[in-house]
Amino acid sequence: MSVLVIAEHDNVQLKGATLNVVTAASKIGGDIHVLVAGANASAVAAEAAKISGVSKVLLAESSDLADGLAENVAEQVLALASGYSHILFAATASGKNVSPRVAARLDVAQISEIQAVDSADTFQRPIYAGNAIATVQSSDPIKVITVRTTGFDAAATGGSAAVETVAAVSSAGLSTFIGREVAKSDRPELAGARVVVSGGRGMGSAENFKILDPLADKFGAALGASRAAVDAGYAPNDWQVGQTGKIVAPQLYVAIGISGAIQHLAGMKDSKVIVAVNKDAEAPIFGVADYGLVADLFTAVPEIVSAL
Amino acid sequence: MKVLVPVKRVVDYNVKVRVKSDQSGVDIANVKMSMNPFDEIAVEEATRLKEGGKATEVVAISCGVAQCQETLRTAMAIGADRGILVQTDVELQPLAVAKLLKVVAEKEQPQLMILGKQAIDDDANQTGQMLAALLGWSQATFASKIELGDGVARVTREVDGGLETIELKLPAIVTTDLRLNEPRYVTLPNIMKAKKKQLDTFTPADLGVDVAPRLKTLKVSEPPARSAGIKVADVAALVDKLKNEAKVI
Repeated sequence: MSVLVIAEHDNVQLKGATLNVVTAASKIGGDIHVLVAGANASAVAAEAAKISGVSKVLLAESSDLADGLAENVAEQVLALASGYSHILFAATASGKNVSPRVAARLDVAQISEIQAVDSADTFQRPIYAGNAIATVQSSDPIKVITVRTTGFDAAATGGSAAVETVAAVSSAGLSTFIGREVAKSDRPELAGARVVVSGGRGMGSAENFKILDPLADKFGAALGASRAAVDAGYAPNDWQVGQTGKIVAPQLYVAIGISGAIQHLAGMKDSKVIVAVNKDAEAPIFGVADYGLVADLFTAVPEIVSAL
Repeated sequence: MKVLVPVKRVVDYNVKVRVKSDQSGVDIANVKMSMNPFDEIAVEEATRLKEGGKATEVVAISCGVAQCQETLRTAMAIGADRGILVQTDVELQPLAVAKLLKVVAEKEQPQLMILGKQAIDDDANQTGQMLAALLGWSQATFASKIELGDGVARVTREVDGGLETIELKLPAIVTTDLRLNEPRYVTLPNIMKAKKKQLDTFTPADLGVDVAPRLKTLKVSEPPARSAGIKVADVAALVDKLKNEAKVI
């Protein structure tokens, strides 16, 4: 048995999600190899080689792999797939983009967003926004899996795996990368942050959302939002926490003006400590919060900032 | 240009599902069913392409039980011109649906297929990408903007940390994200009109596709419940708890 983990990176740095996927791979068992498919990505490969438990890093470099186009990355994975019993991606925007292409071409089912490994062929995954957990078994010869990173701790570093260069596939010629608009932020990435401060519809406007900035600054937190706040245009879409947005499990989750729809709870209920501030004492968010404060957020938030 | 839009019938997003006591699945008897919200966005987008003169025909497809006809009628009330039902009582997994859609795509020869990024029941997020792979087509998942050009589609995608834009050679697969559009309310006259639109029914056998499930569900259980904590009196008490009890700050 051997597991291929597809590294998540931007050609410069390895993304933390890869470390969680390696932990999932180690629970399956067998050799763990990491594929770095990119352009000028040797620094990423060197970083991947340091993950404990990884026995080999495969580096495929080509300008066609620079921007993570699904068609090309999938071809690269398929070129190597036959040597593996399991192929694991992080359940991130890029992992979810590529993984089903690989599964379909191998004519196997994909097992999405696993949050626990029961055995090499049996996994637990949330369905219905996490309101139920399905235990599923695959009899396919190769298991193609996306891993919910919050279900697994990050693997340690300190290893020294060999880096082997593999032939890069040529472009599938189906799509072209045009450009990227990445929001510049000094805050930690939402998915891996230790503290997340999220605002909901109760914030009232995009302008009002700014009162969360000093709170996030004090905590060193990432900012998040409920779908209602995103739909209302108060916050950008990539801040969205919930069933159809990001799944987070920080040490501390601070929900401000969020009522707590099941779709939102799906994205944050595995947080270690949950704080809710809402003026509606009956809001469902208080049903999952460790500490609830029934108060007007516009007075409570500045008060919390000055009390910290 | 013809646009195909697959739509899925799912438990309405407002319903809180319950796990069956024998752990064989969730209880969906007598609960409200609706079109998957992301598929509604897909139908809306295709309809707007037609209204804008970019598309000539919009065809909705659904795979599943006989009642998926209702979902197709909703798609036709939004603006699809006709519907195709691939009817089966077998539990359909994404790979099987992608195979069915592939055969329909080969018959219908669309230039574009727009799907929801994920269904809110199994939360799989697979079918669009699988279909693109099986057809050998380009794909743009999580779309927030679609612009059609000559033989190409330029699509803006929601990715971690922001947006990216890619250009696809047509025919192509696009999957929708939330901000692509806001679906219209269907009006009563359009619901009446939709009843008269053409709806063809096939079976998986007609299409020559084996839809047997690949993944076996051993059990479905309740997630560990998170118990409610306490309400604190004021900000000072909250900060004290965080510092001295939870020790997270």
